[in-house]
Amino acid sequence: MAEIRIRGVAKSFGSFTALHEVDLTIADREFMVLLGASGCGKTTLLRIIAGLETPTKGEVWIGDRRVDGLPPRERGIAMVFQNYAVFPHLTVFENIAFGLRMKKMAQAEVDRRVTRTAELMHIEQLLKRYSGQLSGGQRQRVAVARALAMEPEVILMDEPLSNLDALLRMEMRAELKGVLAASNTTTIYVTHDQVEAMSMADRISVMNGGRIVQAASPVEVYRNPAARFVGSFIGNPPMNFLPATRAPGGWEVAGRLFPGPANAPDRIEFAIRPEDIAPASEGFTATVRVVEPLGPHTLVTAEVQGALFRAVLDSDSLPNPGDRLTLAPVPDRVRWFDPETQKALT
Amino acid sequence: MSAADTVAPDAVRQSGRWVFATGVALLVLWVLVPIWLLMVNALSSPAEVTAFPKSLIPSFDTGSMAFFFGFGGVLDALWNSVQVAAVTMILAIGLGAPAGYALSRFDFPGKEAFRFLVIMTRAFPLPLLALPLAVMFIRTGLDDTILGLALVHATLALPFAVLITFSLFSGIPVELEEAAWSLGCNRVQAFRKVVLPLAAPGIAASAVFAFVISWNEVFAAAVLTIQNKTLTAFLLQSLDVSPLHLKFAGGAVLVIPALLFIFAVRKYLFAMWGIANR
Repeated sequence: MAEIRIRGVAKSFGSFTALHEVDLTIADREFMVLLGASGCGKTTLLRIIAGLETPTKGEVWIGDRRVDGLPPRERGIAMVFQNYAVFPHLTVFENIAFGLRMKKMAQAEVDRRVTRTAELMHIEQLLKRYSGQLSGGQRQRVAVARALAMEPEVILMDEPLSNLDALLRMEMRAELKGVLAASNTTTIYVTHDQVEAMSMADRISVMNGGRIVQAASPVEVYRNPAARFVGSFIGNPPMNFLPATRAPGGWEVAGRLFPGPANAPDRIEFAIRPEDIAPASEGFTATVRVVEPLGPHTLVTAEVQGALFRAVLDSDSLPNPGDRLTLAPVPDRVRWFDPETQKALT
Repeated sequence: MSAADTVAPDAVRQSGRWVFATGVALLVLWVLVPIWLLMVNALSSPAEVTAFPKSLIPSFDTGSMAFFFGFGGVLDALWNSVQVAAVTMILAIGLGAPAGYALSRFDFPGKEAFRFLVIMTRAFPLPLLALPLAVMFIRTGLDDTILGLALVHATLALPFAVLITFSLFSGIPVELEEAAWSLGCNRVQAFRKVVLPLAAPGIAASAVFAFVISWNEVFAAAVLTIQNKTLTAFLLQSLDVSPLHLKFAGGAVLVIPALLFIFAVRKYLFAMWGIANR
């Protein structure tokens, strides 16, 4: 069992607070993605779990052991680094065997594990090479194989795919997901790439300014953002926001009346995802500014009462800049946010 | 656009090229002419050494060298030089490499001041220190010993050892060490299994550099040793009594190992000054 519990973990570097008392529980064998922009504290949190950074306060538990006072080697973790960190003076075989040799494992067992993980990562033909003779993608495979060979309870990954080109990244993404699911380890995966997060995670922890804003399944994070930040960070293009004012019988948004939260301040924000908007006979009047035909659909950037408003429309509709469209949101996809607290309203 | 506008930059570029070429030629001659003189004279017979003009190619007569190595006390002095330089090398790397590692890996208060002070040790003129040192060495019994002189030479070599190893360790990504920690190493094991193999060539280079610093040093050697003179001190002492060909042969014996060593480790010395380590 390798459930990970993080209790009130905070980290300051001098006067800069990188993490504000974070609480998070990651279930055994869960694939948890820490997602956020650079500087949000996601890598700091990962490094605290790994033991490469000491928290200013708080506790880290792996299984039933409190590990925040232990060095990395005693935590039962393996880590994959952004720049791979493949040892340049050792062959691929010795890289993968490195941790096993530290455990003084018998040669037969070392051979067995190295061969098995090398096959798993499709690098069995590279075992005699040095990292200087490998491509970036191959180095990444070696780094993952090295971590898997340890058969750790927890695998920590720090932006492992961000140095690869787009095509390779997509390929490795699917492969990593499969390999890690089969390995029965708990995985914590740090990325700033929301597509990576959405496609791989069991749960995503969206981080901002040293806090976890929302920790939920990918669909939940996408459909029901807990905070305005999540809606504006996840989704490409992000959510549309329009000001809403209380009116008799509901909320007035750009001249239209919507039913909304009963218990709320007088001025709140209306939010809708661009793909949850369709042309209709009644709706917002939008002035088209930019039209981007993308193949499967057309991205229309428009203005609704002076506010930026994007809609993903069917690729059959190709309006011209300056056109006036009438756009209606799908009613059950409308979300509301409190501009003061930034939190979602229901 | 007038003609002057287009011609002038060309003319400037032309003369700039001349200045550059002349400067390079002067610098090259500045270094090469003394080395050439040294070689020609060391490899000529004693009679040719005093003759003029010089031939471009030496006669490869071993007379001068044979005389030099047969000269009383030369071989002892040579052996002393090797010993002092070896001890200097061990001291400079033994103390300098840990300091370089600490500078590259840890943030500690006073780090910048420490780096500055390391370089500042070179600002003290050795003559100023040599006499008080000689008195102290006589009191402690370190005078006229290999260790005593090596201590002084190690002080001279340490700043370079610290700076070279600092840039060396900084060039080894800290993630490699972190990966080793997460794979079961403690700090010492990670250093031994990952950092040391990668840094070894550079450490050897800075060791060689420390060796050369001691090998070439003359002032402290002349002041602090009497019986156990190093080769430089020995040559300095016998400068006015020895014949010309002996001086040239001695000079060549001193310069050649230093030149070869420095040439062998040049890329690491460039790295010390922040030029890319390639």
